[in-house]
This record gives sequence, C-alpha cells and structure tokens, in this order.
Amino acid sequence: MPSITRGEVERLARLARLELTEDQIQRFTRQLDDILAFARQVNAVDTGPIDPAGLASAAGDRTREDVVQPSLQRADALGAAPDIDPVDGLFKVPRVLNG
Amino acid sequence: MTDRTAVELRRAIAAGEISAGDVCAESLDRIERRAPLNAFITVDPERARARAAMIDADPEARQGLLAGVPIAVKDNICTKGLRTTAASRTLEAHVPLYDATVIERLEAAGAVIVGKTNCDEFAMGSSSEHSAFGPVRNPWDPSRIPGGSSGGSAVAVASRAVPIALGSETGGSVRQPAALCGIVGLKPTYGRVSRFGLIAFASSLDQVGTFGATVRDVALCMTVIAGRDPRDATSSSVPLGDYVAATEQPVRGLRVGVPRTLMVDGVDDGVRRAFDESLEVLRSEGAEISDIDLPRSRYATSTYAIIVTAEASSNLSRYDGVRYGTRATGADTLADMYARTRGLFGDEVKRRIMLGTYVLSAGYYDAYYVTAQKVRGAIRQDYERAFEAVDVIATPTSPTTAFRLGEKLEDPVQMYLADFFTVSANLAGIPAISVPCGFADGLPVGLQLTAAPWGEEMLCRAAAAYERLTPWSGMIPPMPRA
Repeated sequence: MPSITRGEVERLARLARLELTEDQIQRFTRQLDDILAFARQVNAVDTGPIDPAGLASAAGDRTREDVVQPSLQRADALGAAPDIDPVDGLFKVPRVLNG
Repeated sequence: MTDRTAVELRRAIAAGEISAGDVCAESLDRIERRAPLNAFITVDPERARARAAMIDADPEARQGLLAGVPIAVKDNICTKGLRTTAASRTLEAHVPLYDATVIERLEAAGAVIVGKTNCDEFAMGSSSEHSAFGPVRNPWDPSRIPGGSSGGSAVAVASRAVPIALGSETGGSVRQPAALCGIVGLKPTYGRVSRFGLIAFASSLDQVGTFGATVRDVALCMTVIAGRDPRDATSSSVPLGDYVAATEQPVRGLRVGVPRTLMVDGVDDGVRRAFDESLEVLRSEGAEISDIDLPRSRYATSTYAIIVTAEASSNLSRYDGVRYGTRATGADTLADMYARTRGLFGDEVKRRIMLGTYVLSAGYYDAYYVTAQKVRGAIRQDYERAFEAVDVIATPTSPTTAFRLGEKLEDPVQMYLADFFTVSANLAGIPAISVPCGFADGLPVGLQLTAAPWGEEMLCRAAAAYERLTPWSGMIPPMPRA
C-alpha cells in the first residue's frame, strides 16, 4: 500500500467536501498514514469462508407495511433551518453552479 | 441525599419521605458546585424543577419506576425543546423537534432530566477531550481525562451530582469512562434499546447505555429504557429479562472465561493486579474460572477503525448546513457552503470522515472495508464458540487507568488502543458491563464482563454479586467544597 501524500489528503478532503486548515492538512498527512498502517493489520487474519453481507444483528431482519404515518409539519421542519423562503415553504441555499 | 442510589431515592419519594423537588434542587446545586469538571453542556433548572413539581403533585406519577430520580443525559440524545449539540459547533444552537424514545420512556417513568452532558464530538473519542465545549475532567484527578466518549455522564454519576445517567456506546464509550471514573456502565445487546433520537455515528454499532453507582441502579434504568420500538427497525422484540431481580442471584456455578492471550502486552501492572484479584473474589464465591481463546479479537481495534470511520463518513454527510444546524457564512456556491460548514467539525471528526472516505473509495474498498467486515464476522464466531463453554467472559475494561489530558491527543492510534478490550463487544453486537474492581495508584480500575446476546440478566447477576463482595462501588472521589 502506498503511503499517504499531501496530495492524497487534499483529494480526500475535496471528495468529502471538507474544508481543512493548512495545519490540519500537515498533521492529517502523517496521522492518516499511521492509522491506515494500523488498520491494515486486518489483512493478517485468517477468517475462513465468511459472507461479509451476512452480518445481520441478533435482532434479525424486520419489515413493515409501507403506510403513511404522521410526521413533522412543514413549518416545524423549516423552523430549524439556517435560511428559508417562508412564502413558498422552501430551504434556501447558495447557487449550485459557478459563474 | 443524592449520595443515595436511584433505588433508594425512588422508594423514599414514593413513600412521601422526601420530595422530588428537594432531590432535584440538591442535584442542581451539586452540578453547579462541580462545574470545574465541565461534565455538563446544558443544564435546564426550570425544566427540571417543573418536572419534579409535577411528580410531587401527582400521587400516581410518584409510583413510576424512576419517579423523581434526577438523571443526566449525554448530549447526543435528542431532547425536545432542550438544546442537543453532540458537543459540536455544527449543532451548537440545535434544539430538537422530538424526543428520543429513551427520553420518552424515562419521563414516562417519572425521571427528572437535569441536563445534557459533555462528550467527545459526535461521540468520537476515548477521552472526552474532543468537545467544542472544552474537555471533561476526572473527579479522581482533574489533571486526567474521565474516559470517553460519554465522559460527562460518567463524571456526573461519579461525582454524585446524579445517581444515574445515559450514555451511548459505539466502541466502549460507556464502559471505558465508567471504569476510569469508578462507576458501573452497561452496554446492552445491539437491538435491546431503541436508537431512535440517538444522533447516529456508526449505525451498526451504536447503542444507548446506562451509568450508575451500583449495578442495581443500572439494572433499574435498563428496565425503563429497553424494549422494542417501532421507530427503530433494528430494535428487538426478544422478551426483556428481570434485570433488577437478577442482581440478587448468587454466582455459585457461574462459568467465567478469561482470554489470557489478549492480555499479553499493553496492560498496566496495577490494572492486571486488580483484575487478577477480582477473579479470585469470584472464584471464592463458587464461580468456575477457565481460560478461553478469542483469537481474532486481537484485531478488533483495527477492524473497528475501518468500519466505524466508514459508517461515520456516511452518517455525517447530513450536516450540510441546509435543513438544521449551523451554516458557515461567506460561501458563493452550494459546494463551497458544504465544505465550509463541515469545516466547523473538530479534528477527530474530520480525521474519521477522511479515513472513512478513504476506506470506502474506489481501489481501497475491498482491501479495507470488505476485509474488515469479514474479520468482524470472525470475531463474532469466536464469541459464539466461547459462549458454548462459559456464561461470561472477563477482561479488564481498559488496559490503563485514566491518562493525562493532552497525553494522546495527537497520537490517534494510541487513543484508539484505549478501547482494546471494549470494541469487540460492539463488533459482535453482544452486551457487556464494567464494574469497579479496585484502584491502581489512586485511580479506579474496571472489571469487564461480556455475555452472549440478550445476556443482560447474566451480566447484572455476575456484576452485582461481585459488587456485594467488594467495597469498590461505594468509593466516592473527594469533592471540591464551594
């Protein structure tokens, strides 16, 4: 496995839409490398045949009827938002496209 | 009077010997006097007093299982109308529109919520230092951490500001701070307690847990919060046990397994000594101690680091500054607003989002995430095999006692290893309890007992029997007098 570079940290931050400070970029470059080396120890385990998708909880799977239930009222849901259009009842965000 | 247990308080209030109002007032007073420990993010005296007055005015409400008992709640559990921050700047002014199911159940039983406790941001950490509201301090030595992530709840109980508290567990966040603060902490079986209203961190591991000064109080609190909830599809309808009655049972004939091979390195001498003595106590009461092997649990912390960060990076994508929470200012475009808003996360949350993004990204997914899921299955198989021969498995809860503030802050791998003995129960979805088992250099040590799925009664039985035979659960740290 390659070690983590500064460029890799910057690329991951872009993928995750996560703003990092210059100091965080420098520290994370070193620390992510340490943590991933530690995480790679899982490769030493002989697991035998195990279906990774078969890890249901002890509670088992459960389904329910798909019926409409009472839920939050629109005014309440909008009440906690940083910016809304109260007339049309919408969340407001900055423009999606550049320029 | 709040040195009394929840069981004693509830009895005295129901009998009319003391009022819920007086108990509430003393709890609020103690919270204020212990403010330097920084255990609480939000205290709402008015809400608490009003609830206590309601209990005092209503003879029927006074019969509730927790009637008039003050309780502290970790600040990642939603409380309607009461600020819930998850110790994050992104939620610093967030007031939930609904109660978590565990909150509804506590209040229906008459419990009085006095405040919301400090913790690691979004429950990510083992020291309660990763909080936007400053670190929590250990009442046994304020220069040391209380453990985490539910450190505030552990400190609230250890300093006897409240008799019981709720925390949450993803990899040991109730048991480890319970051990480091000298109290009892229980992580239930995955699916035993509803997660509805618990702010999601890693959904396949998260579970609400309980703190108390005694096993009986933890059992009482579990009785109130456990059980199926239609709003959490992973909650189970397996019948509940009688957890309080289980605390009366003897340990004669109890089969206790000890995975010695896990305790080769990294365990403090003082912790090892206290642990070995605790086994002798159990043996002297007729428990049968034998060696077992959990060969793949040695890799539990590495496995956990992959699975927990993968799930966290996905769960935390909801904090986008659109529907609720804080929105960073000054962004021109939507993408820029996302990045800046998420830039408000603290170091540990960002590290985990970065790691999770990495292990789930094209080219690395199989090598990390899929492998870790297989190892998780293998760890679970090891437990299934072990529980064919023993009733409970005993280990230290934490390999060390409480470390100093700042000691592991810039060494994430060392911080993750603080959870060496606790994470595998979360990976396997099984219940585990930490009970005080002595001191090393003046700092508390915890004994961890783990059981098969739905084995909470077995844990309450074994831990309470141990507690009766030893003085440790009754130890209270010296408190600052103000």
